[in-house]
Amino acid sequence: MAKENFIPIGPFHPLLEEPEYFKFFVEGEKIVDAEVRVGYNHRGIEKLAESKTYEQDVFLVERICGICSTSHPFAFVQAAEDISGIEVPERAKYIRTIIGELERIHSHLLWVGLAGHFIGYNTVFMWAWKYREPVLDIFEAISGNRNHYGMFKVGGVRRDILEKDVPSLLKAISEVEGFCSMLTKAVMDDPVIQARTKGIGILKKKDAIDLCVVGPVARASGIDIDIRKDHPYAAYDKVCFDKIVMQDGDVFSKAAIRLLETIESVKIIRACLKDLPKGPIDADIREIGIGEGIGQHEAPRGEVIHYVRSNGSNYPERHKIRAPSFMNVPSFKKTVIGESIADAALITAAVDPCYCCTERMVVVDRETNRTLKTGEELVRLCQEKTEKMIK
Amino acid sequence: MNILEEIRTKFGSKADILVKSKKRVYVSVSLDDAKDVISYLFRILGARMSIATGIDTRTGVEMLYHMAFDKHDLVVTVRTVVEKPELKMPTLTDIIPAANWIEREIHEMLGVDFIGHPGLERLLLPDDWQAGEYPFRKKTFDSEKEGEPHP
Amino acid sequence: MVDLFKWGLKKSPWVFHLAASACNNCDIELLDTLTPKFDVERFGITLVGSPRHADVLVVSGIVNRQSIERFKRVYDDVPKPKLVVAIGACACSADMFRDSYNFVKPVDEIIPVDVYVPGCPPKPEAIIAGIIKALGKIK
Repeated sequence: MAKENFIPIGPFHPLLEEPEYFKFFVEGEKIVDAEVRVGYNHRGIEKLAESKTYEQDVFLVERICGICSTSHPFAFVQAAEDISGIEVPERAKYIRTIIGELERIHSHLLWVGLAGHFIGYNTVFMWAWKYREPVLDIFEAISGNRNHYGMFKVGGVRRDILEKDVPSLLKAISEVEGFCSMLTKAVMDDPVIQARTKGIGILKKKDAIDLCVVGPVARASGIDIDIRKDHPYAAYDKVCFDKIVMQDGDVFSKAAIRLLETIESVKIIRACLKDLPKGPIDADIREIGIGEGIGQHEAPRGEVIHYVRSNGSNYPERHKIRAPSFMNVPSFKKTVIGESIADAALITAAVDPCYCCTERMVVVDRETNRTLKTGEELVRLCQEKTEKMIK
Repeated sequence: MNILEEIRTKFGSKADILVKSKKRVYVSVSLDDAKDVISYLFRILGARMSIATGIDTRTGVEMLYHMAFDKHDLVVTVRTVVEKPELKMPTLTDIIPAANWIEREIHEMLGVDFIGHPGLERLLLPDDWQAGEYPFRKKTFDSEKEGEPHP
Repeated sequence: MVDLFKWGLKKSPWVFHLAASACNNCDIELLDTLTPKFDVERFGITLVGSPRHADVLVVSGIVNRQSIERFKRVYDDVPKPKLVVAIGACACSADMFRDSYNFVKPVDEIIPVDVYVPGCPPKPEAIIAGIIKALGKIK
């Protein structure tokens, strides 16, 4: 029951960046309902895309999200190529795959750090983000930038990986593998993390199917989907890797899947670097035909899908963009109801809403509609629960 | 299971099937049949609703439901046109809960009314956005070709 | 008294990060400055959780119609003397989003900006340099 007064919304915790607004309604300590208000980040990109050329749109969609910045170009160029069946050179497919998997590693490490902070393990945050740096260095070596790599174009990729650089890249990726393995073992074997995350925030398989969730959120609930295996593209049908699927649907499963996927990503990158075929990296496309196309990519958060309709001009007539979080964020409601507010921050983060959403969280009392706790306080509650467990 | 055969057997001439490639199929249906076809794909054939695209045309809003068959490396897009000026169609949320946000977005961007939707509130647009203003509606249809529903 | 305050400000600036509508890349590079490789805290720079405790406001992203009110409010909450550092192409000039139906105005037409750090995203070193440059404005 409400005792406290209204606290101005605005949990501006330095680690919680972005403007979406999660509202948790409580009775006592228990969450009875939840809402999310999105739109703070809406920049009208789909509409903007119609007034920019296909080449410009690749750069535009890269900036939909900073973390999966290659995922949207990956899906978009494939949608454009799907319109008239453009064949991309083999070497370009392999390079695309390498970039996509490097991104998966950096994104998952980022998430592990964030989740670690929420639980109160700041060393996990520091480690994960520290070990992200070599991945960003590899990006910089290949593309010239740590983030927003500008590697994709319709018909191929914009930059090549030089033969002379391959040995040093292989060495760097082996080091990445070393600490991914170490981090995975450390996190998955830790009894406190297990106690803190197992059985929490469960998304049942039936709900996951009805909500058409994607990515690690789906795979944690026993849904066996991964666009890389199910709708193969780029070089994914040429490399061996495992689909990581678990059955419990809890926060632990979601974390474990992400960690184990980094190891699979290293395998893929290594195989692609070793087998990189010779040849051109660009089909040198001059025009997009009339028609429509669909492109899909398994981003770190799940399926990204783009649909493009072309009237033959340089500008897309319609460009539909769907990020994985659009399907996954609604599932948070199913996973928090019935849980304690001490777990709210963690469960929300487990959906991995593109890191954008967990800032604006608020707890509201059911009867009086008064705000009881801000996002910063919710994170502190989450950390305190861990401390009590350790004692 | 051959997905296209199942659709042909069940719906016959009601489903106009265009096979663009091995991975891409477009099925045009009337507005009255759209819900039945999509339900069949979801409930019986096990498709996943990946997303729906809305496109403004002169005569109506063209709705494209992109249904992914993950075990078959196939995306079947169900196409129908919601006629202007009524712009109404029945909601899919009673069959596919994932349609909730999808329909909210199309409603605020294009003005389609999904009858029976539990709450067609604003999703992405700001609170102070002018009601009745739909950002994805085209102001004019310049050329003859632009604005026609896809054949 | 004012000089002592300004000396204190220069020695250990507290930074509040305000993300408008951003893709988060600048935000992540800003957070990267906390990590051991860049270790911004050795300059005495600390990220704080409330604008009311801040000396320097670091801004990223573009201002859209949904975020403008909160944006202005946060700026007003930062006590004087305050400095504003705009990081990233979006905060500097709004970049490719100017024609969007949801775009309002560039950041520097809403609040005064002291230092612009361009880049998409700017590297952590550039962000740190930007903050230090802003501090150098205090005479």
